[in-house]
Amino acid sequence: MAEKRIRVLVAKPGLDGHDRGAKVIARSLRDAGMEVIYTGLRQTPEQIVAAAIQEDVDVVAMSLLSGAHNHLFPKVVELLKEKNAEDILVLGGGVIPEADIPFLKERGIAEIFTPGTPTGKVVKFIRDKIGEKV
Amino acid sequence: MELVQRARQGDRRALARLITLVENEAPEAVEALQELYLFTGKAQVIGITGPPGSGKSTLTDKLVKELRKEKKKVAVIAVDPTSPFTGGAILGDRIRMSDLNLDEDVYIRSMGTRGSLGGLSAATSAATKVLDACDFDYVFIETVGVGQSEVDIVKAADTTIVVMVPGLGDDIQAIKAGILEIGDFFVVNKADRDGANRVALELRMMLDLNEQKLVWQPPVLMSVANQNQGIAEIVAGIKDHFTYLKESGELAIKRRERLEKELLEIVSKKIYRQIADKVQREGKLKQYLDSLMKKETDPYTLVKVILQDVIKT
Repeated sequence: MAEKRIRVLVAKPGLDGHDRGAKVIARSLRDAGMEVIYTGLRQTPEQIVAAAIQEDVDVVAMSLLSGAHNHLFPKVVELLKEKNAEDILVLGGGVIPEADIPFLKERGIAEIFTPGTPTGKVVKFIRDKIGEKV
Repeated sequence: MELVQRARQGDRRALARLITLVENEAPEAVEALQELYLFTGKAQVIGITGPPGSGKSTLTDKLVKELRKEKKKVAVIAVDPTSPFTGGAILGDRIRMSDLNLDEDVYIRSMGTRGSLGGLSAATSAATKVLDACDFDYVFIETVGVGQSEVDIVKAADTTIVVMVPGLGDDIQAIKAGILEIGDFFVVNKADRDGANRVALELRMMLDLNEQKLVWQPPVLMSVANQNQGIAEIVAGIKDHFTYLKESGELAIKRRERLEKELLEIVSKKIYRQIADKVQREGKLKQYLDSLMKKETDPYTLVKVILQDVIKT
């Protein structure tokens, strides 16, 4: 049997055009042996959730630098729940103030990674949560 | 299988999960494909191939949108390369198709090649069958960006479109063997650039050199996909080709040949796995390799021994 691979959707919700962080994460997840589906800029939560379902991903990782995280991240979690896909792990990254993190976690975002996070930490977090060796 | 029923009723999550099972060669995939086989054969499978950056994804996006005007259900499998070193992949073809995400009658799936070298992944054909059986009218397969010899797409598609762009080389490139022999259609994309007419001319000249006069003469079309130019003509061509395939009987011949290959492939995979498992399980592999290294025997003699061993049990 071919081995199962961890599939991750890397998405950029919101209106900012800064995708360097998203690309760095995409690249390091690739180097960790994961299949990364990259959606491109300015995706609505509805588009992200539709893509996540079609691609049967294990993880949705969002990067956002526009400040709209308190609205957009929880919206993705809600829409996944509506589609009976709440088992998909949702992660957030970007310039997120410390003070907002507890709120986001309460709303179902599993972890928030702020600038300066070593990429290995993100890889480890995903592997631990998805519970598979790659 | 419940998953199969749900997928056929339009549950996208179930469909996506089925394709994952097929991709991972999970044991449940066999059961699913057994049930689905009965429902296959209606969709037209269209391969889109061509060099990296020739605009395959943008063109696919536009072709899907054109077919959606007629309310056709359309699926896309987009293949991108898997890293041979880490097994990871960045699958980025969706970027060009993101307006299609919210269309309930369009399904897009990205796949890594996972070690296959022919421009597709090993599971692409099986995934195509799943989509066909789930009542999509058209299934597009976008290959990885190809060079000259990645031609697996002809084994999976009814209609193969080769996308070319101006500026890739002189006319001798066009008479080489490989991807230029497999097109049922050629599309010169980015036709607003210098040299597009020349590429089209060279392709037509190459096609005129075909010794046997084919009934289907592959048309050479021009497009500027990102400006939606030439798209309606390509869609018309796709339909013409399918009509031709059906009326000439070639579709049946093609599909029969494909079934033969697939059947034999499944058989050989299964036999291989049984033998390899057995040799490894009984710890004989190490022993065999030791004796080969010491030149006590040769591989051909050993193969006979291994096969006889399997037949006995």
